[in-house]
Amino acid sequence: MEHCAACGTPEQAAALKAVIEGSRSTPGCLMHILQEAQGIYGFLPIGVQKTIAEGLGISLSEVYGVVTFYSQFSLKPKGKHRISMCLGTACYVKGADKVLEAIEKEIGIKCGECTEDGLFSIDSCRCVGACGLAPVMMVGDEVYGRLTPDSVKTILEGYKKEEA
Amino acid sequence: MANMVNLKINNIPVTVPEGSTILEAAREAHIEIPTLCYLKDVSCVGSCRMCLVEATGARGLVAACVYPVSEGMEVKTNTEKCRKSRKMTLELMLSKHKKECLACERAGNCELQRLSTEYGCDPNYFEGEELSTPLDLSAPYVVRDRDKCINCNRCVAACKKQAVGAIGPIGRGYAVHVGSAFEMSLMESVCVGCGQCIVACPVGALKERTTVDEVWAALADPTKKVAFFTAPSVRATLGEAFGLPVGTNVEGKMVAAIRRLAPDYVFNMDVTADLTIMEEASELLNRIQTGKPMPMFTSCCPAWVKFVEQKHPEMIPHLSTCKSPQEMFGGLLKSYWCEKNGVDPKDLFVVSVIPCTAKKYECHRPEMNGEVDAAITTRELARMLKTAGIKLTELPEEEFDDPFATCSGGGTIFGATGGVMEAALRVAAKMLDGKFEVVDFPEVRGTSPIKEATYNVAGHTVRVAVASGLANAETIIKQLESGEKQYDFIEIMACPGGCVNGGGQPTLPDSIRNTADLKSLRAQALYSSDKDNKLRRSSDSPVMDLLYNDYFGAPNSHKAHEILHTSYHEDKRI
Repeated sequence: MEHCAACGTPEQAAALKAVIEGSRSTPGCLMHILQEAQGIYGFLPIGVQKTIAEGLGISLSEVYGVVTFYSQFSLKPKGKHRISMCLGTACYVKGADKVLEAIEKEIGIKCGECTEDGLFSIDSCRCVGACGLAPVMMVGDEVYGRLTPDSVKTILEGYKKEEA
Repeated sequence: MANMVNLKINNIPVTVPEGSTILEAAREAHIEIPTLCYLKDVSCVGSCRMCLVEATGARGLVAACVYPVSEGMEVKTNTEKCRKSRKMTLELMLSKHKKECLACERAGNCELQRLSTEYGCDPNYFEGEELSTPLDLSAPYVVRDRDKCINCNRCVAACKKQAVGAIGPIGRGYAVHVGSAFEMSLMESVCVGCGQCIVACPVGALKERTTVDEVWAALADPTKKVAFFTAPSVRATLGEAFGLPVGTNVEGKMVAAIRRLAPDYVFNMDVTADLTIMEEASELLNRIQTGKPMPMFTSCCPAWVKFVEQKHPEMIPHLSTCKSPQEMFGGLLKSYWCEKNGVDPKDLFVVSVIPCTAKKYECHRPEMNGEVDAAITTRELARMLKTAGIKLTELPEEEFDDPFATCSGGGTIFGATGGVMEAALRVAAKMLDGKFEVVDFPEVRGTSPIKEATYNVAGHTVRVAVASGLANAETIIKQLESGEKQYDFIEIMACPGGCVNGGGQPTLPDSIRNTADLKSLRAQALYSSDKDNKLRRSSDSPVMDLLYNDYFGAPNSHKAHEILHTSYHEDKRI
């Protein structure tokens, strides 16, 4: 379990506090606050969820229930390079599952995880609106299309070199 | 008066107030609609889809527990479409339910089992995933078996209603399950052990952590003396487990039944309820006179104490230092009684029978020194009696064993919300004004969530409040902190209605829970006993004279503090 003190800066804590203060009186504000919090921290560790629960006067289990209901919320930290492999229908029929396997093999982690050095994380998503280029992945804000297990390896090697 | 709405259910005309649900209207027409996730006063979310009915003006089937009636509506509750839908819903639940029904504690008293039988379900019609989630055995008071859970979320609603929120639904779709945040065990979570989740559960997914085997072992051990004592509210509910109507007081038969388990002694915990009052009333007057932290909260409910330690440690100085009657009894037996009878405390096995699961946790608290060896719930006692073939209803009435037999009516009403307050008021008023003879304080009786009263005795004004249900306790704490309210003495019981509605009490079928007022009926059994008792005030009990003359000297004496009082510690949770 990650605690807030271990994962956040005073600036992040102040930003979260401001979000909670600004939204707490709006009914149904939990989703919005969680989205903002994930924007601030990159993920939603226990300390962040506890802060939100206390700020809204609800239980931690209620917050955790919402976080685990939506796949967009993450309990794990994300990497510097966030790989998002589309597993939507068009990409899937064009072999996205094979590409994802190649990504996992190349980076050495499973989908949903983050590398120990914090450089890469892999997630799957459903459609980035570039079906014509299927199968598609995003690395950060960059879109890569017409992927094959081999081409994806070359792309990722490029990122690795950049970091070396 | 509310506007009335006319409708027909299965062609039977019925008139109900506007805003009623179809389920409520059906009850008026004496038509039963099956439910699983619905539980009166606890949960009404329309999620289990068991109560689906056909209604004019609605698209498809609607959930009767949440769908409001309208003028001229025609409802059909028993069409083929309804029956098929319900049967499929049940079979889907059964597909991933751990079907240990032969030996499940809830066998014969399980809502899923009852409905599956009524609807002729094939338990293996859908092949679900093989589940083997480990039991949550982290807490000494409750066991959670996720593989029996049907995700009705009644436990979640009960916990939220207690302002605890230790559990909630986690995940989505097929993977959804009930648990604590970050998959913490119940012991690591903010759970206070009240057990309201257990009595809310329609199946066997939640049950108390039983210690019955330890009790059997002690009973069979020739080197041990075994002493049972029963909490005030157990006599008001034990009969339910043997088919007697809710609110039947079975005190005499209960004593006879326990005696047939062949322990050495059967004592009355109402005696230490009286002792609690002697100590607590004295402590209250002492606090008032010496300017110690006020208001004072009662401390006989261990779930409430745990709630304060975890959530409101700032209130710890306001908790009475009195142990609960259970722990006072354990302490008394292992000190006074052992000394008087020349018994080594190690050879005495103390069994308390309690309406409560938190008291199982309480006897594990280190400051209690293991004075109570086993705490068993009303349900566990009923199970022991049934295992032993003891027919409660056919037994004669017998008396508790001396010297812990006689109690005052004040000790008996401890089991209902307001009872501790009333018992304390009887004694405190008499302590302040020797001529004060009033023993009835109706203002603090009844099942309202929060009761308030102000009394003037011998020039003192005493402002009291009584709350049952931890959400109401939370309200009182907030009102005190904001300065909105001022009190001198506050009684809190964690379970709504008090111990008579405790988490260790017999689990009654939904058909009774959803229609009868259990809290009032069970409390009535105790108030009738109080009324019939010649001794109304705890201080009138000859056992109190004996204990104070023979051993403790006076309430709040050094010796009393050593054996009958305790301390509390902050226990902040994540």
